[in-house]
Amino acid sequence: MSDPHAAIAAVFRIEFPRLVARLARLTRDVGRAEELAQDAVVVALERWPTDGVPDNPGAWLMTTAKRCALDGMRHARIVDAKQRQLARDRDTDLRDVAGELADALDDDVGDDLLRLVFTACHPVLPTQARVALTLRLVGGLATSEIARAFLVPEPTIAQRIVRAKRTLADARVPFEVPRAAERAERLESVLEVIYLVFNEGHVATAGASLTRPELCDDALRIARVLAGLAPDEPEVHGLIALLELSASRMMARTGRDGAPVLLADQDRARWDRVLVRRGLAALARADELVATQGAAAGRYQLQAAIAAHHARAVTAEATEWPRIAALYALLAQRAPSPVVELNRAVAVAMAFGPDAGLDLVDALVADGALAEYHLLPAVRGDLLAKLGRGDEARAEFQRAAELTRNERERDVLLARVRDSALSASRGS
Amino acid sequence: MKVMMFAKATKHTETMQPPTEEALLAMHQFNEELEKAGVLLDLGCLTPTSRGVRVRYSRGKCTVIDGPFPESKELIAGYSLLEVKTLAEAVEWAKRAPFGVGMHDGEELEVEIRPLFDPSEFDVPGEAEERAKRVGEKLGKA
Repeated sequence: MSDPHAAIAAVFRIEFPRLVARLARLTRDVGRAEELAQDAVVVALERWPTDGVPDNPGAWLMTTAKRCALDGMRHARIVDAKQRQLARDRDTDLRDVAGELADALDDDVGDDLLRLVFTACHPVLPTQARVALTLRLVGGLATSEIARAFLVPEPTIAQRIVRAKRTLADARVPFEVPRAAERAERLESVLEVIYLVFNEGHVATAGASLTRPELCDDALRIARVLAGLAPDEPEVHGLIALLELSASRMMARTGRDGAPVLLADQDRARWDRVLVRRGLAALARADELVATQGAAAGRYQLQAAIAAHHARAVTAEATEWPRIAALYALLAQRAPSPVVELNRAVAVAMAFGPDAGLDLVDALVADGALAEYHLLPAVRGDLLAKLGRGDEARAEFQRAAELTRNERERDVLLARVRDSALSASRGS
Repeated sequence: MKVMMFAKATKHTETMQPPTEEALLAMHQFNEELEKAGVLLDLGCLTPTSRGVRVRYSRGKCTVIDGPFPESKELIAGYSLLEVKTLAEAVEWAKRAPFGVGMHDGEELEVEIRPLFDPSEFDVPGEAEERAKRVGEKLGKA
């Protein structure tokens, strides 16, 4: 462990979110807080490689950030005399801030982190901006890391974060945890962002590899942090359960050459038991909270319950498909969407036969909402193949292969095109 | 990446001397910090080796040896399973662990950090499936 840069990067990852959260409480401006934290990081990068990492790096960074703020003020005063009065006011503010500083460092940073999470996921921001800002501020990722994870150039992410901070400032978004009436809706936005990050890692929408596990890890980490900050929210635990259970299958999901392996064909011995156990425990917590609060099961909790059925099935054949189909029916009521309906069709087909599933899929085709979604023809093709309708199946797989942007998925779909052609010619 | 942090045994852990309240509190707070940071997956505290056994294997036989075991510096007293970005991050967390709290002069405790294999690192993708299938076929025949 002789590489000082690796050690410094590790300290930043641990300290950055807490630093921004504390600074945001003092400045009441997340954008300004992030800039000050970044300034402190720059100073640390200059000094730590020669001086060594200080004993209490969190306090060091906070003190340095405060000093950067004061320097910034003095600089502004010299540059623009007209702002003298303003700067003097701000200096007074900053002296108060310095007084509060010792308290701030001793306080539990939890409330500030929760405010930070809600602010980064504020609905005034476009979804992509929420994702970038959350990974940066709450996940402690560098912009270069976020850029790599999403396969976009670094300046794009940097721009996205700059614009997001400006939007928050322009909209005068307060640094606070929303009150009761607004809280549920705002929490929904937070959970959605975490879910999006996880999903992008779980099934990369584009690119050469099927998964990007590091994004899943980032999402899980943020979700676990959130559970500590908002322990009484059932859907937070529902989301964690869903993510832990999905992540437990990560290693079994890709086979030789990085090709995807379907759930039924996965080697269940490769599922991560620690994550399965954590997932089931989080689901139990969500169930318990829902029961005591007299609430209805949320969408993430229901999806986790479905994932839990798979996790508990020792073999693919042991899967309780009728129970899963019933859970999908509940989910379709709670959070109706064509994708849920498509998943329900798969479960119904497994439970009651391909004909029953095909009816649901055909209704979706008629509906037209998933016209560009490659899994619709992929599922339809699979059901047709099971019904021995090889020619129709082949056309569906062909269409699915044309629609997907993930190369690994395309390979699998094209293989099924060839298989269907074979079975169709054998059938005739 | 997942890493296992092993706390090695000491004279105190082997004789089941309870830690001071101060040390206990500090350790509790540290674990809570790990949990809140979303890095702690699992942890456990082991009883002294006087309660343990060893099972030693050699060609054709196995021998059961009752504890306690003498080489206390190589014994494990507890573990934490962490999910971190890098080994350096695990080291950074370990540096914050309050194992030194309440220690006397000359006393020492060691923590060993060992990354787990990433399955993709030592398994050729797909090989595990094929091996499992082969084993399944053999079992089916037997």
